[in-house]
Amino acid sequence: MSTPGRGSVAVAGVAESDLGRVPDETTPVDLMGQAVSRALADAGLALRDIDGLFAASSQLRMAPLALAEYLRIRPRVFDGTNIGGSSFLSHLAHAHAAIEAGLCTVAVIAYGSTQRSVSRAAAAPREPNPWETPYRPILPTSAYALAAARHMHLYGTTREQLAEVAVAARSWALLNPKAWEKAPLTVDEVLAARMVSTPLTVRDCCLVTDGGGAMVLVAADRARDLARPPVYVLGHGQALAHQSISAMEELTVTAAVRSGADAFAMAGTGPAEMDVTILYDAFTITPILFLEDLGYCAKGEGGPFVAGGAIAPGGRLAVNTNGGGLSYCHPGMYGLLGMIEAVRQLRGECGARQVHGARLALAHGNGGVLSSQCTAVFGSADTA
Amino acid sequence: MTDPATLSPRSRFLWHAARGELAFQRSGSGRAVFHPRAVDPDTGAEGMEWEVSAGLGRIHSLTVVHPQGEPPFALALVDLDEGFRMMSRIDCDDPASVPIGARVRAGFRPLAAGEPPLPVFAPAEAGA
Repeated sequence: MSTPGRGSVAVAGVAESDLGRVPDETTPVDLMGQAVSRALADAGLALRDIDGLFAASSQLRMAPLALAEYLRIRPRVFDGTNIGGSSFLSHLAHAHAAIEAGLCTVAVIAYGSTQRSVSRAAAAPREPNPWETPYRPILPTSAYALAAARHMHLYGTTREQLAEVAVAARSWALLNPKAWEKAPLTVDEVLAARMVSTPLTVRDCCLVTDGGGAMVLVAADRARDLARPPVYVLGHGQALAHQSISAMEELTVTAAVRSGADAFAMAGTGPAEMDVTILYDAFTITPILFLEDLGYCAKGEGGPFVAGGAIAPGGRLAVNTNGGGLSYCHPGMYGLLGMIEAVRQLRGECGARQVHGARLALAHGNGGVLSSQCTAVFGSADTA
Repeated sequence: MTDPATLSPRSRFLWHAARGELAFQRSGSGRAVFHPRAVDPDTGAEGMEWEVSAGLGRIHSLTVVHPQGEPPFALALVDLDEGFRMMSRIDCDDPASVPIGARVRAGFRPLAAGEPPLPVFAPAEAGA
C-alpha cells in the first residue's frame, strides 16, 4: 500500500471525557463512550455515521469490541493496536489509510482509563519479564531513569534541566482550566520531592489520573462541510524499537528519529516550522530526548535547550501547551490527549494558553519504555 | 541427569546459573545474544550455540531504586565483555557510589527467598 496522501484526511471533531478522578465504579468504556459522544457533537455527526472504530486501553483486552457493544455500532473497519501511549497515533495512520482506500468514511479513535480510581497496579498490570522482573525495577520509572542517567553521563544533562521540563509543564497547566494541577511548581520543589529511581523524583514523573478522549476523522472534502474548521492530517510516522529497556540499543536515542523523519517527509515540513509541539512527557527526560530525536536540536543539547524557561509560556518554543502528562492529565496512555491539544491549538480554541496564529502542530507519542514512537503533523486550512 | 540441550532457553540459563555460570548465546553471524531465545535474530534459524561468560563487564547505566519503606538498591544495565547487555543489581554498601563505566564482576545469589540464584554484580577488583 502506498503512503496515504498529505492532507487527504482531516480531524472533524475532538473531545476529552471527564478527567482527573471520575465517580466510583465508572468503567473505562463509560469514559470512551462519553468522549465519542462529545467528539461527534463537536463534529456535527451521529453515532450511526461511524464505520471505522479504533480503540485501546490497558484495562480492555479487546477495546474495539467493548466500545462497539457499548455504542451498539457495527463498524466495517476496526483496529485495537496497543503499543502503549502512542497507540492512538498509530490508529491515526491506520485510519488515514482506511479512509483514503475507501474502506470507511467516518473513523473514530477512542481511549478511556480509570487508573486513578482503581490504582495503576490494577489498571495496567505488568507482564512478568524473567530477565528483568527478579531484579525489581520500579517500572516504567526505572527504565526512564536508566535512560536519563545515561544522558546525564554522556552529555552533562543536569537534574535541574530535567526539573525545568516539569516546571514548564506546570506553568502551561495553570493556563488550562481542565488541568489536574492548580498550584505553581519550582525547580527546587522538583529536586526535593520524594526520590523514586535516581535521577527521577515523583515530580519528574507523570500524573496518575483517570481520563479519556476521542477524535473523529473524515476525508478532507467532507470535513469542509462539517461543523468545525477542519484540521488536516499532513504527515505521520510510526516506529517500533524494543519492549524491555534492557533491549534498547542506545539508551539516549529513541525510534522517534525514524517516526519523526517519516512524518516530516510526508508533511513536507520540519521542526523549525512547528508553531506548537506536543511531546509525550511521561517523565521529564522524554521531551528532552524527543526534542533531539525529532530534530529541534542536536543530540545531547536537549538539556540546555529546555533551560531558562525556554519551553514554558513566553519561551522560545511552545511545548505541551495543555500542561502535558506531567501537570494536565495522564491516564496511562496519553497520546490521544496530546493530539487533541494540537487540534485545538490549530482551531484557535485554547484561551489563555493559545499560541497566536498557530498553523502547524506536531504531536509525538511514546509507548512502553521508550519502545514505540509515533509522530503526527497537523495543519490548519491554509496549510493543506 | 538433565541434558541442558532439552531445556527451554530460560531453564537452560538457570541451569547454568545454578552452577555459577553466566550463559549467553552466539548468533550465526557471531554476535553475542542476550537474553537467551529459541530463534537466532540474525539468521532466523532455530537454535544458537551457548557460551559461558567470563563474568566481567562495565556499567552502561545505573539507577538507585527507592522502594517505599525499603532500603534503596542499585539497578543497572551491564555491558559484558563478550558483547551483550543485561539488567542486574550492583551489590555494594553505598548504591549511589557506583559510577557509570565502572568495571564489575558477576556473582550469583537468589534475589528473593525461595528463588533460584541469578547473576548479580559487584565492583571488580582493580585491574579487572
